[in-house]
Amino acid sequence: MEQKNNTLLFYTLLYFVFLYLPVLFLPLFSFNDSDYMSFPLSGFTTEHYVEMWEKTNLHKALWASIKVGVVASVVSTTIALFAAKAFSRYKFRGESVSYGAIMMPFLIPEIILAVSILVIWLSLGFKLGLIPVTLGHILFCTPFAMLILIARIEGFDFSLEEASRDLGENAWGTFYRVSLPLYLPGIIASLLLSFIISFDEFILAFFLTGSDATLPMYMWGQMRFIQKLPHVLALGAVIIVFTTLIVLLAFWLRNIGQGKDKAGLGIKIHE
Amino acid sequence: MLHALQKLYAKSESVRAYTMLSPALILIILLMVIPMMLMLSFSFFTQVSFVEIDYTFTIQRYIDFFQKNLLVTLLIKSLKISFLVTLITLLTAYPVCYYIAFYVKKNKMLWLVLLTLPFWTSYLLRVFSWKIILGTKGVINSSLINAGLLSEPLTFLMYSETAVIITLTHAWAAFALLPLYVSLEKIDFSLIEAARDLGLSRLEVFWKITFPLSLPGVIGAILIIFIPTVGDYVTPALLGGTDGRMLSNMIQAYFGKINNIPLGAASATIMLITVATVTMIVSYTTKKLTQRIS
Repeated sequence: MEQKNNTLLFYTLLYFVFLYLPVLFLPLFSFNDSDYMSFPLSGFTTEHYVEMWEKTNLHKALWASIKVGVVASVVSTTIALFAAKAFSRYKFRGESVSYGAIMMPFLIPEIILAVSILVIWLSLGFKLGLIPVTLGHILFCTPFAMLILIARIEGFDFSLEEASRDLGENAWGTFYRVSLPLYLPGIIASLLLSFIISFDEFILAFFLTGSDATLPMYMWGQMRFIQKLPHVLALGAVIIVFTTLIVLLAFWLRNIGQGKDKAGLGIKIHE
Repeated sequence: MLHALQKLYAKSESVRAYTMLSPALILIILLMVIPMMLMLSFSFFTQVSFVEIDYTFTIQRYIDFFQKNLLVTLLIKSLKISFLVTLITLLTAYPVCYYIAFYVKKNKMLWLVLLTLPFWTSYLLRVFSWKIILGTKGVINSSLINAGLLSEPLTFLMYSETAVIITLTHAWAAFALLPLYVSLEKIDFSLIEAARDLGLSRLEVFWKITFPLSLPGVIGAILIIFIPTVGDYVTPALLGGTDGRMLSNMIQAYFGKINNIPLGAASATIMLITVATVTMIVSYTTKKLTQRIS
């Protein structure tokens, strides 16, 4: 361990300001009594929140985002759970190739995934809407979910499962009574974080929604009009508070029953 | 027959592993591999009219791409912006990770959670918040004018390459912070102490020991930031104006209002090939570098 270094500490704190300050302007201006987002602040108001509450299109978009997010997080977490188990439990040929393939959607520029799905969806003669968006989100969330679950499952004592099998429990019973309770914090963390990723995702939704807007698409539509911005700020502030709470909950869950959390945040460098 | 299959299943780890991987692999094949192949084949077709596509094979779209100065310029600009963003993000994030890995003694996890928390809030909102800051009537300009330091707003802040670079540097910081921290945290501090005891200066220790050992994190960060930012759409669309436009914005236009799907597909393919080439160069150089060190 190094001794004290105040210059570096100061720099680090400055970096925190750089990270947090921009995001905090949204809630700040959401209470400002003006259409323009500039200093000095002209007065306190909660009017933008009332205005937000009254937009019916927003309710529709919110509901669409929740539907897409729930389906995408449940399906991608399920798929990722099996994959994560395979990678942490077995040594097999083609392991790193398979790992690379499953991680690909995380590495390829998202716009390429989006236009590829767009092309195939239209070629098949289907209509754009929430279904292709959900499929795109499942593809995009699975690598994230797998990273989170691998971090949880790795170091898991597989002899517990073997013992359960030896004692006469079948595969399903073993999974249900032994593995699941131990994986559960990781599974819930994966569900929550996948939901947030889907809830905030813009590019895939932008290409694939057609006329059924998700919440980010709704905000995108409103951002062009200056007089509609204040209620987008209010909405943004609510979303920031809500996602922060969910993410904190997910982090807390991830750390339950784990001594030292290596990567900690769901991203792990694969060696 | 069934019995034989069961036996094979019980015996072979590979069979069991691939059974469990199959949902994920099928997902990748159906939603990524096949769609991308189809997109690739579309890049060899021709858009005849607004709805009609001629399906005879031609490489004309690729020739079109390189004959249109705009597209080539945008590709180069996308690469340049991503390169600068990657470089700036690495340089600014490295000291922070160094501090947390080697100076912070208690509650490291808390520091890390706090560092990454802003990145879980919506990407769109984070980009939008920079619009509030950099805009002509935004936070910076209105504060400076109020303070009497400026009479006219600074126009270069908004709708420019600078705006795109600043915003992307902020938006992708977490993707540098995590891999850098993980690789620095792994370094055995006694190596650094030993080198210092042997009389190397702090700077020498850093260049000969700490930095080479943190290379895996540096490479991870480079790839994880460079690849997605080449294809970023939101930031240039919201903050780039004409000066900060990137290739993605044109790809979107070809699939949208211009409606030239084959040329859009060719542009996307060229983007993908460029990204893949950069990835290979970076990984190859690292391999050589690590070999020389060890």
